Formats: sequence, structure tokens, C-alpha cells
Amino acid sequence: MKIKIIVTLKSGVLDPQGKAIQQTLTGMGFNDVKEVRQGKYFDIETNESDEAKAKKNVDEMCKKLLANLVIEDYKIL
Amino acid sequence: MRSSVIIFPGSNCDRDMDVALKKYGFKNHMIWHNDITLPKCDLVVLPGGFSYGDYLRCGSIAGKSKIIQSVIDFAKSGGLVLGICNGFQILTETGLLPGVLQQNKYLNFICRNVHVKVNDKKNKYFKDISKDILELHIAHNEGNYFCSEEELKVIEDNNQIALTYCNSDGSNNNDSNPNGALKNIAGIFNKEKNVLGMMPHPERMIDKYLSGEDGSVFFENLIRNSK
Repeated sequence: MKIKIIVTLKSGVLDPQGKAIQQTLTGMGFNDVKEVRQGKYFDIETNESDEAKAKKNVDEMCKKLLANLVIEDYKIL
Repeated sequence: MRSSVIIFPGSNCDRDMDVALKKYGFKNHMIWHNDITLPKCDLVVLPGGFSYGDYLRCGSIAGKSKIIQSVIDFAKSGGLVLGICNGFQILTETGLLPGVLQQNKYLNFICRNVHVKVNDKKNKYFKDISKDILELHIAHNEGNYFCSEEELKVIEDNNQIALTYCNSDGSNNNDSNPNGALKNIAGIFNKEKNVLGMMPHPERMIDKYLSGEDGSVFFENLIRNSK
């Protein structure tokens, strides 16, 4: 089973890379860009066949390693 | 006094730290990250560098390495644990220190000398130190200290801010903040003040002919207080 995870910076946390991307997009003529926030995406393939159990394990992985909860939020898709 | 420097794959200030510790009288051992136990010692140092290639987040993989549980146990028992630069990032990832080191505000790698102010002397690292302002070297891409407002209040109430970036006269402002760090924070203690994380590299400032000597002031003081 494959599980997808998205890790993003919490709102209010400075994202200088997102800001640089936003400024570049605006400079390229995409004038409608209001804000860009950059994040991370993980594809985890697991041997666990029970979806609920697999997601519970992935939730623990997010809390312990994949996200730093001081500045990041995660979403299991 | 005995010290241990942990080497992770990608550490690159481990030997400089070894030279500095020995110069000021520590009997130092180099410890590989795959070891499980620490030798008996008074000080553990997590050196600067790019442990595990800075993969995922700086210090995050090193923060789960085999030796780390021993370092955490050593810190919890009151032992001195010092993290420099990447070592500071590792200490925040283990939870021994609050907050996080984010990418520098202007997205540039900064490599230059800075001045830092010693904010608290009621601890073994800075007790009786002869200088209040030290000129030290920084070299990092992720040194922008950040924590939540609630955490900051706790840190300030407990005097856990160890060092702040300042001008040569000791004043703190935006001009003296190289990386956008919250409150100009360059170094932080844990609540008990036996764990210190700092972005500047004292081990690079121990030779009057090559660099400067404010790192010497730091190490001389540290070994005196470790006894």
C-alpha cells in the first residue's frame, strides 16, 4: 500500500524560499500570484495491508521524523 | 577533564574541535555515531558540519542516530552537552533544546566573523568569563532561530538565551543580526543550563596568528568550570 504525505510550514512561519519563488513568478509576469508556500511530499510504500493500521504507523512517523512540529504541519492523504 | 566528540557522516568540524579541546586540557575521545554507549566523560560535543548531507531537515537524521539516546541520557543526568552549528541543529531536533534553526532569512550561506553577547553567566559555560562580547566565526545556511511566542516567553523567563548577535559595542539590532534569528538569538540553553547549542564556532578562533582568540577565552573558561 502506498501512502502520500504532505508537510507544509505552519501559517505565520517565515518561508523565504516561498517568498523568492513568489517574487520570481511575479517578475515573470504572473501578476495574480498572491503568496507561495513551499512544502515537502513523501510517498511511503508499506507492507501493512490494513489501511487504518498503516495510516496510524505513518502518523507516528510524521510526528517522530518526517515533520518538525515546531514549524511544520503534515497531512496524510 | 574528559570530553567526547561525536562524528556523524558529514561532520566536518570534529577534528578542529578535537584540536581545540586538547589545546585547553581536555582528554578527548572521538566517538562514531554508530556506537551505542559513551565513554565516561564530563563533556559531550556535537560538532559542526552537514550530518547526513542535511537530508530531510538539518540535524534530523543525526537526531535519530544510534549514539543519540546515550547523549540524551547523559544530558538528562546533568552532563555538559555542547552543540556547535550543525550540533545545535541536532540538539533542537532531539528535543534537548527548544525551537528550530530555519534557513537564513536572505537565503544565503553566511561565512564571516560576528560579535556575540554573553547574556547569562549563571552556568558552567560562561561563569566568570573574562569578556562579555566575543568575536567568533559563523558559517551556516540554516541559523535562523525560531520558536513559538509561548516558547519564547518560557525561554526568556528562565534566562535560557545564552548568546545574541550584537555589534562590536554590544548593542543588539537588525544590523547585527546576520540570519534573521528571533531576538538575535545565537545560542540557547536548556532549562537546567547543562546543554548549550550555539551557531558560532569557538573552535575556529583559538590561534592569534590565524584567526582570533575569543574561542580560547571560551574554552579556557569551560575547562576551568568543568573541574
